[in-house]
Amino acid sequence: MPGTLRVWFPLGICLIWAIFAVLGPILPLTPDEIQLPFILEGPGAHTWFGYDDLGRPVLDRMIMGAQTSFLVAFFVIGISVAVGTAIGVVSAWLGGWWDLVIVRIIDIFLAFPGILLAIALAGILGPGINNVVIALSIVSWVGYARLARAQVLSIKERDHVFAAIALGTRPIRIMVRHLLPLIVAPLIIEATFGVAGVVIAEAGLSYLGLGVQPPEASWGSMIRDGARYMLVAPHMVLAPSVALMLIVLAVNLLGDRLRDYLDVRTVRE
Amino acid sequence: MIQQLVSRLLSSLVVIIGVATLVFLLIHLVPGDPVEVMLGESAQPADRDALRHELGLDKPVHIQLWEFYGNLLRFDLGTSLHSKQAITEVLAERLPATIELAIAGMVIALVLAFPLGILAAVRKDTIWDSGAMTVSLVGVSIPNFVMGPLLILMFAVWANLLPVSGREGFASLILPAITLGTALASVLSRMVRASLLEVFNEDYIRTARAKGLAEQVVVWRHGMRSAMLPVITLLGLQLGALLAGAVITETVFSWPGIGLLTIEAIQTRDYPVVQACVLLISTTYVVVNTLTDLAYAWLDPRIRMGGS
Repeated sequence: MPGTLRVWFPLGICLIWAIFAVLGPILPLTPDEIQLPFILEGPGAHTWFGYDDLGRPVLDRMIMGAQTSFLVAFFVIGISVAVGTAIGVVSAWLGGWWDLVIVRIIDIFLAFPGILLAIALAGILGPGINNVVIALSIVSWVGYARLARAQVLSIKERDHVFAAIALGTRPIRIMVRHLLPLIVAPLIIEATFGVAGVVIAEAGLSYLGLGVQPPEASWGSMIRDGARYMLVAPHMVLAPSVALMLIVLAVNLLGDRLRDYLDVRTVRE
Repeated sequence: MIQQLVSRLLSSLVVIIGVATLVFLLIHLVPGDPVEVMLGESAQPADRDALRHELGLDKPVHIQLWEFYGNLLRFDLGTSLHSKQAITEVLAERLPATIELAIAGMVIALVLAFPLGILAAVRKDTIWDSGAMTVSLVGVSIPNFVMGPLLILMFAVWANLLPVSGREGFASLILPAITLGTALASVLSRMVRASLLEVFNEDYIRTARAKGLAEQVVVWRHGMRSAMLPVITLLGLQLGALLAGAVITETVFSWPGIGLLTIEAIQTRDYPVVQACVLLISTTYVVVNTLTDLAYAWLDPRIRMGGS
């Protein structure tokens, strides 16, 4: 892809996603309106993406699904970056016994393969968007904690930090003003890739029936419901699948570009 | 060397104990009374008390945890509430299917990743490179539960070549294995490319080229040998992702392994089975990671386990 397109294509897709998610509630959508004559009807003049097995418009439900995935991604990344960074920075700064314990806890959380713990947590906490956010946040904070800790360890011996200590600056202020700004770039990049992971995870949980419950829509549950009608109405699977892939691809591309732009080599590869 | 080996094994043991503790705590996260959730609201009080006693939930938490550890050491994971079978038996029944799928997925990943990664590295900054890397980026961006239905649509529904789901014969393994393998292939091919490119900068590669060796010999004999190290490490680390991916892939294809068992157990609120599945998969992951670390040290004499 040519240079500018490599930035604008993913950015545009993410913007469209965000706009639909934010404007969704005020758009004239009828995601729950059942139109019996149009059951399983393919894309056509009535609606761009056809109707589902209950005669609901797929396009409207996809916009609702965009809201679900955006909200979940927003809160999960927000919570886990904040909590993870705080724990990682404090742990590295304090060092000693505290650090030892935190590192062990991080190791233990990392020992669960990715989405497995989220599946178990969501399964046990019960379905619903709140529990999805809780389950995914419990799983995701660790990555940011580990990254923040490693970054602070590598910079906490720098002169400007010693200078701040010598001036009697309070530890909180040192962490926020003198350490945090230096470790923000890799965290932003990790968080960008994290968005892709959370979008997939949310859809995955909903695919398994552990996410948002009907009549709420998620791309994951749309794919699961559509799989049953694949022979007669492939649009029910294809539409949410393509949307999901586009978002994830766009977010990953954006992460790649950001990494090049911020010139951070420590994250991934 | 021995001392480092022991300390590595000890720290893995600590992690496994931590994992077991977290898994134990899972059942205490059930909102409300776990016994009521498992049996349903209509259950008789006597049945509830019996289950509560059977699961040890009527005892103080620290004693429950202690007994949980003890049972684990005896490989006693309790009984399934759903099938009334010993959970170890249920796991043993389901494990072969998951192992089969994981191995097949890994084979697919390797078969796809090496040609892609090598092509991209050898033809760096050409259209081949960006093409291969775009394919790999698309591969990471397609989740299993999208890949699976799409493959079913193409090869089982439209082309009618392969079975839609189930586990009957080799043909039924193909689509799940491809679904599981592609994501790993994407990650691996990027690693193959990156580590080959790094090796290509080494002096000995320049020497090999300067003395007029054929490019294939340079790439395969001289380059790949040292480029393999990080790739093997990644392969070990990615096994966890592969196992987690198997949970969803098995659900898509009704493949009767541990992953499908986990989901079935969640749906029937058979929490002891959920705990056992999570514990089994995570422990496997820790063990494989430890072995990878050790293999890494063994393969590369320069490392032999550093300070950290």
